Amino acid sequence: MKDEVDNREDRVANLKGMGCSRKRVEDARFTQGKGNYVDDVKLDGMIFGDFVRSPYAHARIKSIDTSAAMALPGVIAVLTAADLEPLGLHWMPTLAGDKQMVLADGKVLFQGQEVAFVVAEDRFIAADGIELVEVEYEELPVLVNPFEALKSDVVLREDTVGEDGSPTDGAHGPRKHHNHIFTWDAGDKEPTEEVIANAEVVAEESMYYHRTHPCPLETCGSVASMDKVNGKLTLWGTFQAPHAIRTIVSLISGIEEHNIRVISPDIGGGFGNKVGAYPGYVCSVVASIVTGKPVKWIEDRMDNLMTTAFARDYHMTGKISATKEGKITGLHCHVTADHGGFDACADPTKFPAGFMNICTGSYDIPTAYLEVDGVYTNKAPGGVSYRCSFRVTEAVYFIERMIEVLAIKLNMDAAELRSLNFIKKEQFPYTAALGWEYDSGDYQTAWDKALKTVDYEGLRAEQAQRVEDFKAGKTRKLMGIGLSFFTEIVGAGPVKNCDILGLGMFDSCEIRIHPTGSAIARLGTISQGQGHATTFAQILATEIGLSADSITIEEGDTDTAPYGLGTYGSRSTPVAGAATAMAGRKIRAKAQMIAAYLLEVHDDDVEFDVDRFVVKGAPEKFKTMKEIAFAAYNQAIPGIEPGLEAVSYYDPPNMTYPFGAYVCVMDIDVDTGVPEIRRFYALDDCGTRINPMIIEGQIHGGLTEALAVALGQEIAYDDMGNCKTGTLMDFFLPTAWEVPNYETDYTVTPSPHHPIGAKGVGESPHVGGVPCFSNAVQDAFRAFGNTHTNMPHDHWRIWKTANELGLHD
Amino acid sequence: MSDKMHIKLNVNGKDEEFLAEPRELLIYTLRERLNITGPHIGCETSHCGACTVTIDGKSVKSCTVFAAQASGKSVTTIEGLGDPDSLHPLQEAFKEHHGLQCGYCTPGMITRATKLLEENPTPTEEEIRFGMAGNICRCTGYQNIVKSIQAAATEMNAAKEAAE
Amino acid sequence: MIPAAFEYYRPTDMAGVLAILEEHGDDARVMAGGHSLIPMMKLRMADVPHLIDLQDVGGLSDIEIGSDSIRIGALVTQADIIDNAELTKVAPILREAALQIADPQVRYMGTVGGNVANGDPGNDMPGLMQCLDATFTLVGPDGERDVAARDFYEAAYMTEREDDEVLVAVSFAVPRGGYCYEKQKRKIGDYATAAAAIQIEKDGGTCSAVSVAMTNLSDTPIYSEAAGAALVGTAVDDAALKAAVAAMLEDIDPSEDNKGPVAFKKHVAGVILRRAIESAWARA
Repeated sequence: MKDEVDNREDRVANLKGMGCSRKRVEDARFTQGKGNYVDDVKLDGMIFGDFVRSPYAHARIKSIDTSAAMALPGVIAVLTAADLEPLGLHWMPTLAGDKQMVLADGKVLFQGQEVAFVVAEDRFIAADGIELVEVEYEELPVLVNPFEALKSDVVLREDTVGEDGSPTDGAHGPRKHHNHIFTWDAGDKEPTEEVIANAEVVAEESMYYHRTHPCPLETCGSVASMDKVNGKLTLWGTFQAPHAIRTIVSLISGIEEHNIRVISPDIGGGFGNKVGAYPGYVCSVVASIVTGKPVKWIEDRMDNLMTTAFARDYHMTGKISATKEGKITGLHCHVTADHGGFDACADPTKFPAGFMNICTGSYDIPTAYLEVDGVYTNKAPGGVSYRCSFRVTEAVYFIERMIEVLAIKLNMDAAELRSLNFIKKEQFPYTAALGWEYDSGDYQTAWDKALKTVDYEGLRAEQAQRVEDFKAGKTRKLMGIGLSFFTEIVGAGPVKNCDILGLGMFDSCEIRIHPTGSAIARLGTISQGQGHATTFAQILATEIGLSADSITIEEGDTDTAPYGLGTYGSRSTPVAGAATAMAGRKIRAKAQMIAAYLLEVHDDDVEFDVDRFVVKGAPEKFKTMKEIAFAAYNQAIPGIEPGLEAVSYYDPPNMTYPFGAYVCVMDIDVDTGVPEIRRFYALDDCGTRINPMIIEGQIHGGLTEALAVALGQEIAYDDMGNCKTGTLMDFFLPTAWEVPNYETDYTVTPSPHHPIGAKGVGESPHVGGVPCFSNAVQDAFRAFGNTHTNMPHDHWRIWKTANELGLHD
Repeated sequence: MSDKMHIKLNVNGKDEEFLAEPRELLIYTLRERLNITGPHIGCETSHCGACTVTIDGKSVKSCTVFAAQASGKSVTTIEGLGDPDSLHPLQEAFKEHHGLQCGYCTPGMITRATKLLEENPTPTEEEIRFGMAGNICRCTGYQNIVKSIQAAATEMNAAKEAAE
Repeated sequence: MIPAAFEYYRPTDMAGVLAILEEHGDDARVMAGGHSLIPMMKLRMADVPHLIDLQDVGGLSDIEIGSDSIRIGALVTQADIIDNAELTKVAPILREAALQIADPQVRYMGTVGGNVANGDPGNDMPGLMQCLDATFTLVGPDGERDVAARDFYEAAYMTEREDDEVLVAVSFAVPRGGYCYEKQKRKIGDYATAAAAIQIEKDGGTCSAVSVAMTNLSDTPIYSEAAGAALVGTAVDDAALKAAVAAMLEDIDPSEDNKGPVAFKKHVAGVILRRAIESAWARA
């Protein structure tokens, strides 16, 4: 059989494999309003549950009277901690090794905490029922500042105090105080202190990376359906890690795992918000078991912003030492981490501060020490990685600010200081002072390209002129040049050091080739907008020689997908993408044997070429993958089982380390504090590029989330623990009007240990973007004596900086 | 509970009549009662635009309108813009130019864009950004949304010229 | 976010509206576009057992442009104002202000009547109407009465309007001279950090008349007569601008919120006012 397409270039194009900007297969349904998100799930007899929430940040619950609510027609049940306690479900484990109240057990620890769960025929009646539940609170002193919490006699969590009154041990070791959760450190303490004490130059800075929230456009929710006849529980929900949710539900409910089916349908953005397990999920399950009906729970926006999954809230203090010439000699970092009422961080369990120890950044820093203290306060629990690998935004912000502060101390250009200290290309693989082994990088090349493209010298000259003009009274606008060079650590991760509650962080892919030469592949991950159905098919197309258009990618149903740890921390491509390539290679290995048999040559005498196996030295003799697939099912081949399937579970040997160079040019109105982004250039190196169109889209989106965080997005509390930013009126999500056009660029430094050399990209723009926007603001004021001001740089805080520098006088 | 009201709507060309509580917001009528689940709930305070529909020729956030207010009017949702065999040029353009990622904002975004292009068939980038500012997208950073709308405008104008 | 249950009415004339208001007193509220009221009902911060939808009441949706005066019906939306070329010709400040309110979808629903009657200090139209020295027409059980916009606002959400009255129109003399509505906000859809409405007249090189009003800098809009007085008779030079700003700052009383502390708001109010006057003066 002669293939229709002979030209090799056309054959490659027809595959729509890696490297092409394939259009997304997801978009047909989304553009026609046919997505299927959790709130679109409708089941016969489905009822609705919603929470009575605490108006207080810290209070004892004296009584809960549900009788009036129960008397309301249409209210079916009202659950309280007392109802959950006999089932052992009034508390649940958190991913960080702590535990969290599902429903308030005697007290509440943050405003908006779940107190009772009202189940009703529809959401309107549930809302009315909530109003009728009478809760008597006794207010307790509120702690919203972690430094005060560490000094306070007020005990937030009774389980932190032993019978003798001393603090109990926490999940990660002894507590220093009853409101202290853990101390975690990395690196060498004494040598670092010594280097810094004896250094020629030391720069010190304290910075607060404010609390914010991932705020995907779709809030969290679930639908639980307990089929009492068959003993099967089906749970739909906004889960970034459906298999992990299945295991957790099994462990806490006692339902055997094979009787639980977890389905993540389409997810309307995650950004870290949908990694954790929330009381709503548990209550929907319990309510379904209690009532025998399917129960839906959907957060409203205030619930979402006030209760599930804050991010950041790191108070960081740094010391960086260098020679007079600017060679960095040491770095010291201390973090006071505000975790709110429960430590519900979504980190690999052995890393209570995530990968904060990537905070030496892209620089060859010989000696370093990091210490993190976790603290309880009367704020919402969480600590998720908002569009970043675990705490990597905090780490990169820290080092990229410390570099700027050091540059000021040295009276040196910040771009030059970076160049002087980069880990050099020939140093990779590079073991950093805080333990990570960076797999690959070529930082100087990327940096030089970025600076050249934006005409860095020209910008600095323009800025100097602007400062002169400002001083001469000719303008009231200052110009800031924001720089950032970041190294991410993504793709968690090697099972030897990465697990979540004991679940190793491998991932998986299972491929089934159909007889006519199309295929389905299932993965343990779940797309929330990243376009997995498009890009994983591209990886496979290149690996197995079938067109991406003939490959269905399926994720999110634990009954069919192989076990995996889900999608967050830019782990899908580094881990599941690798599994996909490896499974594809198993297919190809079997196909090679079939091809050799069909071509009547030895296995070693055929080689793979785009979409076929050809006889070496005789390219006119070949079998296409379609022909091979048909033969695999329909021809008896001695010594080879029928069928063409493969499964791969991939345990990555190392993380991947994407990097990038960003430059932002900003004009700042000194009198109003209004910043205007004139230009943003982003060079990303994510290793092998699977789909440039999707990469670019990820970068635009990540930068926009970075802009929001840097310039105004925060979860703020007053002294009473009231959340001041519970709706989109005050929680800053930029519209098209506030967002600039971005220029994207790239270099390619493939990961040496990843089967296709890919590193992950979704989070890089956020990780690198936040310090870049922040540095632009701060740089504008450098000529007037500014060293550091805290984010978010909203109008009044920028104005305050100008004011304190005397620029309004 | 208040008395139910008799409500009449024309949704995507189809007449609908039903009894509903006055407090039933139009977004729930569409999503729960009529199974039209393209419009989504995002913020509930009229900031995000995920619930955008067209009511009698106006772009409206259906989370902030009671079905009773819309009674007697025509409502168009994303489902009424095109069908699988003949997509609206905006639907095509969003696919072509990667104007969406998670898809959650997309129905409201495209529905709003139809009205924008009706009022201004040749918008500048600035006019698109201003005219789309009632719709929040968390994924795309808007750059490709702007591109998609520009492309659709070009396409629609060319088709119009060809027809004339 | 689900509102509490209520009774819904859609009367077709004002008599019907007034009858319901009379029957239910302050348990009843009239609603135009609903984009201020409905979110408050959903958050259960507004309790409205009886909701009166004005949309079918005739005669409230007209923009009447006379030779001397302009009358805008309560149900005229921000979008109507933006689209009305004739109005923009004679009173361009309305379009300039309307474009800075909320976002496109909200402007289709948000009305002039709702914006001015609600008494929310964040709304832009009240300050604008004070700048234009508008008159609000109220209809109640005792018939019609007019209240000057500058006398209408008592405190946040507290106005001269009685519970049994409906605001049916705003009227004002055709504005003269240069104009500007300048607003600083954090993003589209936000209320003003500070906003200023200016109409200014030039006679030769001298300011002959001016009207200054500020938005969201007190619990009511602020018409600053003193700021105007500081400008009249001057060439709107730096000294006059400084005097106007100083006078305005005496009149406002901002409070701290998420947008920033009082000192910041006062400073920005001064900057915005100065820019608004300069811009209006350039157009005069």
